[in-house]
Amino acid sequence: MTTDHIVKSFDEELSRLSDQISRMGGLAEVQIERSIESLQRRNTEEATQIIEDDARIDALQIEIEELAIQMIARRQPLATDLRATVAGLKIAPHIERIGDYAKNIARRTIALNQNPPIKPMFTIPRMGRMARSMVKDVLDAFSSNDLAKARAVWERDAELDDMYDSLFRELLTYMMEDPRSITSCTHLLFVARNIERIGDIATNIAELVHYQVEGETLTEDRPKTDEASVTVVDSN
Amino acid sequence: MPEENTPEEMEVTVESNEAPGATQAPKAPPTKVNARDVNVYYADNHALKDITIEIPENRVTSFIGPSGCGKSSFLRCINRMNDTIDICRVEGKIEIDSADIYDRSIDVVQLRAKVGMVFQKPNPFPKSIYDNIAYGPRIHGMVAGKTDTDELVEASLKRAGLWEEVKDRLAQPGTSLSGGQQQRLCIARAIAVSPQVILMDEPCSALDPIATARIEELIDELRQNFTIVIVTHSMQQAARVSQKTAFFHLGELVEQGNTELIFTNPVDKRTQDYITGRFG
Repeated sequence: MTTDHIVKSFDEELSRLSDQISRMGGLAEVQIERSIESLQRRNTEEATQIIEDDARIDALQIEIEELAIQMIARRQPLATDLRATVAGLKIAPHIERIGDYAKNIARRTIALNQNPPIKPMFTIPRMGRMARSMVKDVLDAFSSNDLAKARAVWERDAELDDMYDSLFRELLTYMMEDPRSITSCTHLLFVARNIERIGDIATNIAELVHYQVEGETLTEDRPKTDEASVTVVDSN
Repeated sequence: MPEENTPEEMEVTVESNEAPGATQAPKAPPTKVNARDVNVYYADNHALKDITIEIPENRVTSFIGPSGCGKSSFLRCINRMNDTIDICRVEGKIEIDSADIYDRSIDVVQLRAKVGMVFQKPNPFPKSIYDNIAYGPRIHGMVAGKTDTDELVEASLKRAGLWEEVKDRLAQPGTSLSGGQQQRLCIARAIAVSPQVILMDEPCSALDPIATARIEELIDELRQNFTIVIVTHSMQQAARVSQKTAFFHLGELVEQGNTELIFTNPVDKRTQDYITGRFG
């Protein structure tokens, strides 16, 4: 869709915008994966590196935004071109946010490593894998204008929310059993919350892909089953 | 606890479940010009094919399309300018306020007073600024006496945003003005005879960006009182000044609709290709 302009350099700019977003998304995916891995392996050194590497994603965001602004100023894009430019401009900060969440997970990892490990946890790596694949799929959908794929990501977020809720309940029981685990469990809860937010952002990007392709916003309500925010436990 | 820089972490996410606030659609304006199945031939050349469009009152409607697509030809049907071309034949129906303008009982001179026109190149009469405005009202018997005429000249120049610049030199020839001023003089001349519809055929293509901006500002003001149809080659201009846009291609009216939709989400691929600069 970014071909055939009479002005060839405009084609090149549109492809560059799309390529840079894919690149930025690729970096964010890797950051998610590394942050979960360093959490599992209690690797403080790797976590520190992840925090440093976030700067690369931030730099790409600035580059993408400058490119999009230049395109608006110089090409006055319309119709699909306008939508691609606006979608690019709006997706970049979302990816930057994903990078921030991965960085936060790394920070929590460093804190967690100062306490003894708590019970083996399977849900967090599973959530991490799922969030990562949602980010990957939504960026594939972006670069190939694949509406079905974008919509699948949009719908899959409910599953991630469910995992988050069940982990939330699980962690509450640990904390009640052994108050000494509260510090670690709270850190883990925030890690899970970060992953759950990455899923939300993937759905936001899916909505922008929909806008880019169809020219309309997804108006129906997204399946949202995140109940942790209203969960209460009986402490007796 | 490490420093957090994600404030949303603690927040309860609230997804908006409410239906988007029922936006009150503004009442659609009445149709001023109603064209049905208009076909135009220049001898054997079928220049316009089954054009059907409703032009809303007190709105700016822009016609866009590549050169030779028929947009100017269609514009000229609305005040029967094509009558002056011998080989031109117009079929179909065009109504203004539900009256057929091609009906035999219609006085073409009166019609053209009702439907004014502004051309690509400013074409003031070789007369004074004052007489450029006063000429039309005089021949149509719209003014009696000097005071009357003075008032109308002043009012027309004011509405065209030219009064302050020319009030001290009304006796100078219209052609002594700058291009942008000449074009505003032509607009003042068009509105002096109290038309209902103003047709503009690329009114800014010979003007610099500042003069263009002033004309666009003027168009926006004038639509309070007039129905405006503008042919333009500048997509951005159509996007800026008009509420309705019609895209012509090879004599066909390909797509028409709200300007904002045409420029963000056109339906027809030809419209899409043209406005995004992909025409082969």
